[in-house]
Amino acid sequence: MNLRPDLAIIAANVAPGARVLDVGCGDGALMAALRAERQVDARGLEIDPANVAAAVARGLSVIQGDADTDLADYPADAFDYAILSQTLQTTRRPDQVLDQLLRIGRKAFVSFPNFAHWRVRLSLLWGGRMPVTRLLPLKWYETPNIHHTTIDDFRAYVRERGLTVDGAWFLSGDKLTSAAAANFRAEHAVFLLRR
Amino acid sequence: MTDTRFGLNRQARLTGSLMLDGGASLPEVEIAYETYGVLDADASNAILICHALTGDQHVASPHPRTGKPGWWQRVVGPGKPIDTDTHLVICANVLGSCMGSSGPASLDPATGRPFAMRFPVITIRDMVRAQAALLDHLGIQRLKAVVGGSMGGMQALQWAATYPDRVAAALVIASSARHSAQNIAFHEVGRQAIMADPNWRGGEYYDAAPPAAGLAVARMAAHITYLSEAGLTEKFGRRLQARDAKSFGFDADFQVESYLRHQGISFTDRFDANSYLYITRAMDYLDIAEEHGGSLAAAFRGTSTRFCLISFDSDWLYPTAESRAIVHALNAAGAPVSFVELSSPFGHDAFLLEQPEMDRVIAGFLGVGA
Repeated sequence: MNLRPDLAIIAANVAPGARVLDVGCGDGALMAALRAERQVDARGLEIDPANVAAAVARGLSVIQGDADTDLADYPADAFDYAILSQTLQTTRRPDQVLDQLLRIGRKAFVSFPNFAHWRVRLSLLWGGRMPVTRLLPLKWYETPNIHHTTIDDFRAYVRERGLTVDGAWFLSGDKLTSAAAANFRAEHAVFLLRR
Repeated sequence: MTDTRFGLNRQARLTGSLMLDGGASLPEVEIAYETYGVLDADASNAILICHALTGDQHVASPHPRTGKPGWWQRVVGPGKPIDTDTHLVICANVLGSCMGSSGPASLDPATGRPFAMRFPVITIRDMVRAQAALLDHLGIQRLKAVVGGSMGGMQALQWAATYPDRVAAALVIASSARHSAQNIAFHEVGRQAIMADPNWRGGEYYDAAPPAAGLAVARMAAHITYLSEAGLTEKFGRRLQARDAKSFGFDADFQVESYLRHQGISFTDRFDANSYLYITRAMDYLDIAEEHGGSLAAAFRGTSTRFCLISFDSDWLYPTAESRAIVHALNAAGAPVSFVELSSPFGHDAFLLEQPEMDRVIAGFLGVGA
């Protein structure tokens, strides 16, 4: 199983047998891994019908829907974990989506690209242009990423909302990097939060 | 030795009488059905397909009257999304219909004459009860899946609500858990068209000319609801039928008129008007939430059935919102549920047409645990 690095981190840190909601589950790669390796009861929410079809064809339970509007339909505390991988920055109201995640799940994994990575900074500083990088490959007008954030912004938000960080992982070049200077060195981050 | 309970063109007489939601009971119920494929030794590979309002048991075999291929032949068969190489597929004519199962055209054992309007009013749940009795007859305790589109989807949902222990998976396509005011309204137009036909005679037409004109109008009105505006425009637009100019009369000037007339008339060759009354009534009475104290989630609480719902974006008869309401209820009940809205220009009828994406979802959903 070849999972994206942030998904591999999440998969390695989900308790076996847990109930998991994967929001923005794509074609279900993480759910399938969780089911196979950790006997997890996984459910998914995905906006793209072709992805939903692919996930259902893998025998996964996935609902077509939009994280911005459809999370409200899930009952509270229905899952041990809610997962939002590389999707936060595409939502209309990331704050409300995070609220929903921690209402539906006791804990939430959130991963996102770090807009303060040095390459992004350089691109803006020297080029004066919106950055196009390996993790942010699309131009400003076509990117689905409408709410870019940085690791420090996210940390500040978590503090403001009084949330607890149970784990944080920082990735650079698909390898783990230290928390020190993560906001400068990490291309993306994974946080495990709880209320 | 061949087991005569399995194969094409079968008929079963149910044991005992069938108690109905309306309070009446039906003695000597006959159910016409077909099976495809082979039941495995532990009877664990059975899939029940439920047909729509005017459908029948000939899901993958030619219709005996019209000679047309089975109504879901595209989906059901060896190596197809519902694979008869690995499953026993059962399709039964619903109670109240006219293709061999007990309905208003059947003979009332008490009088020796057709029931006509003395046939008791039935519900979707009554249809499902009759199917459950058929499964008893076939020696099948638990279905690997129950599958249906439109009214067939209503039966699939009702199966899961009524016999949760007998259904491992339910696949509900282009359907609803209740009939809306608009759904009821269209059905009432159809029923009134039949009843307004002087040949209907209170339903007592079995030894005379049937109310074909009324039934044809009912079918025409219903057929519009099965298509989308965009689909009609694409297929017919305002094009004229075999003429260069409008006739300034009331012939079928427009292709769409000619098409609907043809749909209406050809329908009367294969369907009984009284059955149309009874089955549309059964659909109108459907409200699974109402049967469970107003909560659809309550109907499925504690279920271990897996669900999959499919809707089509151009279906305005049973729009996506109806499927979503079911999905929300199933989520609230903690049931494993998948849902996808597929894109098609063909409206409600899309589930009967070429839909590779739907095939993929069906095969994937049913393939689990195969």
